[in-house]
Amino acid sequence: MITVNDITFGYNRHHAVLKDFSLDFQGGGVYGLLGKNGTGKSTLLYLIMGLLRPSSGSVQVDGMEAAKRLPEMMKELFIVPEEYDVPHITLREYARVLKPFYPNFSDELLHRCLDGFDMSPEVHLGGLSMGQKKKVYMCLALATNTRYLLMDEPTNGLDILSKSQFRRVLLEGMTEEKTIIISTHQVHDVERLLDHVTIIDRNCVLLQQPLVEETEPINLEELFIKTTDIRNRTANL
Amino acid sequence: MTFKEQNPIYIQIAERICDEILEGRYPEGERLPSVREYAIQVEVNVNTLVRSYDWLSQNDIIFNRRGLGYFVSVGAAEHIREARRKEFFQQRLPEMLQTMQSLGISLQEVERAATVNPAL
Repeated sequence: MITVNDITFGYNRHHAVLKDFSLDFQGGGVYGLLGKNGTGKSTLLYLIMGLLRPSSGSVQVDGMEAAKRLPEMMKELFIVPEEYDVPHITLREYARVLKPFYPNFSDELLHRCLDGFDMSPEVHLGGLSMGQKKKVYMCLALATNTRYLLMDEPTNGLDILSKSQFRRVLLEGMTEEKTIIISTHQVHDVERLLDHVTIIDRNCVLLQQPLVEETEPINLEELFIKTTDIRNRTANL
Repeated sequence: MTFKEQNPIYIQIAERICDEILEGRYPEGERLPSVREYAIQVEVNVNTLVRSYDWLSQNDIIFNRRGLGYFVSVGAAEHIREARRKEFFQQRLPEMLQTMQSLGISLQEVERAATVNPAL
């Protein structure tokens, strides 16, 4: 379980990205983390990773303070950021470097995920396009088999076919023990994968609920617009 | 797989499986892909597929063998056809008759068009 308790965080003293903000991820399943631009989605993911520290309040992963980045926590936590650099080595070498830190790392799953993207473990990470880098990194992320996997805009930079491959690869790597949190604006790319939706604003959670269909398909875009629009109107009163 | 708006996704997937049973892709008495395999194939959350399979089981189109997975029921294809025939007469035909009336199309005209239709 991930617990965010009454935190405030800002990149400078004058502007708080998240203010008096609380949120729980009970865990188990795929969460869609939505929010308008600048509402702190990426920041929240980095706070959970312990890469950023709140100026007040606490972020805990399974009861451990995130900012301490304890090995017991880190071995169960992995993030795929929106953009990143990778070392200029082959994927196979990179996997060998990562493996000792993740006790549940699965070569078998890595190969299945790479297959899903039509990629080879012999690929050299230097000179890959953004989309290709993203695919490789997502395969590694799933193969670490951490209990928690955070993904920031995972479908950005992927072409149409790759988006479809991404959904299959993610489902391939998903197990009942895992919790995957996907922050995104591209709701159509991921909406059929989600078990839960969380919509946040700077100082509150606007909506958090399981996504269960009743008599018609869930339209996440509509739900998002409705939720954030109500917020706008009440804010103007 | 692209989804239409009207029905829940789990029903649309169940209908697709029914189509595949009618086409003979999954013969009666044979095993269906696992919930997980089918979920990956249609790029949808596993829990949605659990509901599709539950719905098909409740409608006696498939059945569960503990530990072995889901199998196509004997008589499933006939069962699906019967249900769809019923749906045709109760829902689609009245709709079609209403359209015919508003456009002034007679039954004879439809019959004539149908006899030259390559689909028949």
